[in-house]
Amino acid sequence: MSSLADSPSNVIQPHLDELETPPLSLGQLAWRRFRRHKMAIFGTVMIILIFLYCFGGMLVFSEADANFNDTSDRLQPPSREHPFGTDTIGRDIMIRTIYGGQISLIIGLTAMLVELIIGVSIGALTGYLGGWVDSVLMRMTEAVLVIPQIFLLLVMAKYFAQSIPNIEFLGRTFSGSVLVIIVVIGITSWPYLARIVRSQFLSIKENDFILAARATGTSTREIIFRHILPNSIAPIIVSATLSVAAAITLEAYISFLGLGVRPPTATWGNMLEGAYKYVQSAWWLWFFPGALIALTVLSINFLGDGLRDALDPHSRAA
Amino acid sequence: MTRYIVRRLLQAIPLLFIISVVLFILMQNMGDPVATMGGRKVTRKEDRIRLERQLGLDKPILLQYVFWLVGNDWTKTDMDGDGVAETPGVRKGVLRGDWGISLVNRQPVTEVIGERLPNTLLLMITAEIVVISSALLIGIYSALHQYSVMDNTITTITFIMYSMPVFFFALLAMYIFAVNFKKWGLPYLPTVGMFEPEAGQSFGQVMWHMVLPVATLSFGFIAGYSRYIRSTMLEAMGQDYIRTARSKGLPRRQIVYLHALKNAALPIVTLVALDLPFLLGGAIVTERIFGWPGMGRLFLDHVSRSDTTVVMGILMMIAVAVILFQILADVTYAWLDPRIRYK
Repeated sequence: MSSLADSPSNVIQPHLDELETPPLSLGQLAWRRFRRHKMAIFGTVMIILIFLYCFGGMLVFSEADANFNDTSDRLQPPSREHPFGTDTIGRDIMIRTIYGGQISLIIGLTAMLVELIIGVSIGALTGYLGGWVDSVLMRMTEAVLVIPQIFLLLVMAKYFAQSIPNIEFLGRTFSGSVLVIIVVIGITSWPYLARIVRSQFLSIKENDFILAARATGTSTREIIFRHILPNSIAPIIVSATLSVAAAITLEAYISFLGLGVRPPTATWGNMLEGAYKYVQSAWWLWFFPGALIALTVLSINFLGDGLRDALDPHSRAA
Repeated sequence: MTRYIVRRLLQAIPLLFIISVVLFILMQNMGDPVATMGGRKVTRKEDRIRLERQLGLDKPILLQYVFWLVGNDWTKTDMDGDGVAETPGVRKGVLRGDWGISLVNRQPVTEVIGERLPNTLLLMITAEIVVISSALLIGIYSALHQYSVMDNTITTITFIMYSMPVFFFALLAMYIFAVNFKKWGLPYLPTVGMFEPEAGQSFGQVMWHMVLPVATLSFGFIAGYSRYIRSTMLEAMGQDYIRTARSKGLPRRQIVYLHALKNAALPIVTLVALDLPFLLGGAIVTERIFGWPGMGRLFLDHVSRSDTTVVMGILMMIAVAVILFQILADVTYAWLDPRIRYK
């Protein structure tokens, strides 16, 4: 194996002002570093605004408005009545981006959770136990990584999407394909995270405090969850943040390719489905959902970049 | 080194085996290939049963996998449905180079894929050349002018490009360079296909049609790679051997391009080889948007019609390519950087 991926440079270079000020807690230090990252602040503000737009918009417009169609009013350019125009069957695009955004954001967050649970468990097990568990699970990880994720996603989306009933949740009806997409994105994204967690575990478990914990008879579970995991939390948080953006993009890709979330549930991704046929005639059809996806992904990536600088300052090598 | 390569190749065999089993099982449940078969109406129940029997779809899944893997010419199958296996199989199996026949259009899989492969390769190799050359230019420029206005602008733009979804870039590019350029009476770029039907498939036509797809496929990688080259270049420029070269009085050009770049560009080799899956993933969206007749579109078409053999063929070919490139990446890296040794 090449040693490219794991060459930790453990040189911590304190910034000048960190030396001059009185001792700060880890959280305060992280906040200082985060605050200095202007793009991360911009990203955070944008994310808050996007959340306000998607979840605050709910109070103004009802879901019935989002699905209300008036075919006499189809493909209208943006106007005062329809700020983002109307789509091919006369639904208001602005209200649909509000409701679609909710689903897209929820898919991003929950797919990240699925990925986190699988990735951290597998990474922790392989890193801590080693031996045959490690070789079996790592082969599995390699197997998932060998097929490009988008191909795997399309096959799996087709596999699970046979006949999924609609689901009722909080008094609203969602297309069951939302669940499918969440699960499918979650179970194809974990290998990267598992690798990160594994390499963290491999290096941390060699520390003396782990030896001490083991000597005092601490159980394996305790060692993993109380001693090693909290010490490897920084790269996990950064990677989880970035994977929200990745999940939102992936949802958009598969919906764009026609195998994603089914109507009537709107997502930013499935609003784009087929929109490329209207590049010439109706730019508002793809521009607004597309721009929202791009903006959200960009903001989350900025936030992730800032979090990396703040929480994990010596990982900045590459 | 030879032993290392042989070991890696041997390790790939069980990996490919597992991948093929899992994919095969996934695909059996993907949908009913008979229901979508080539436009013909298969409504009668007995027709269905007969078709499934002739295609071997009525067999248990493991047996179907075995037939796919090693062929069925060693056994006899029941074709006319009288319960007696009388027809000897003709399939040779993947291990003997027979990838089967497409369930949709009854053509050999290798032929179906072989028709499309050159188009995708053309797109991907061109994109790769564009990516590497422009990323080197941008990366070196920003490293040599660190923290200048230009460098900061480039850093911001590359970050935005890096986060931009492929389809959004493609749609924007189409809107600006095809739709609006046409409207303004400027020379506009074509958006669909490889050539104009009336003009025929000439070199110039294909090049002209490739501009937008290649740009779409490359922009994200240019952004990622140029950021990477910038940081490795900065690291290399801070090394002692650069200071030595400088104190010897070597011309700056020679220092930058011979001493620093040679070392800074090393990791790029690995990056390019390992990013193959992402390039393929980008190709699938790009080909769909621009109507490019390549593997990505082939894959989409045949997934939607549950054509197991073709989809299996494409995926296994990709898996082999990705594994080979991973090995190639490690080997080239060791060859370029003598400090790395494999045992």
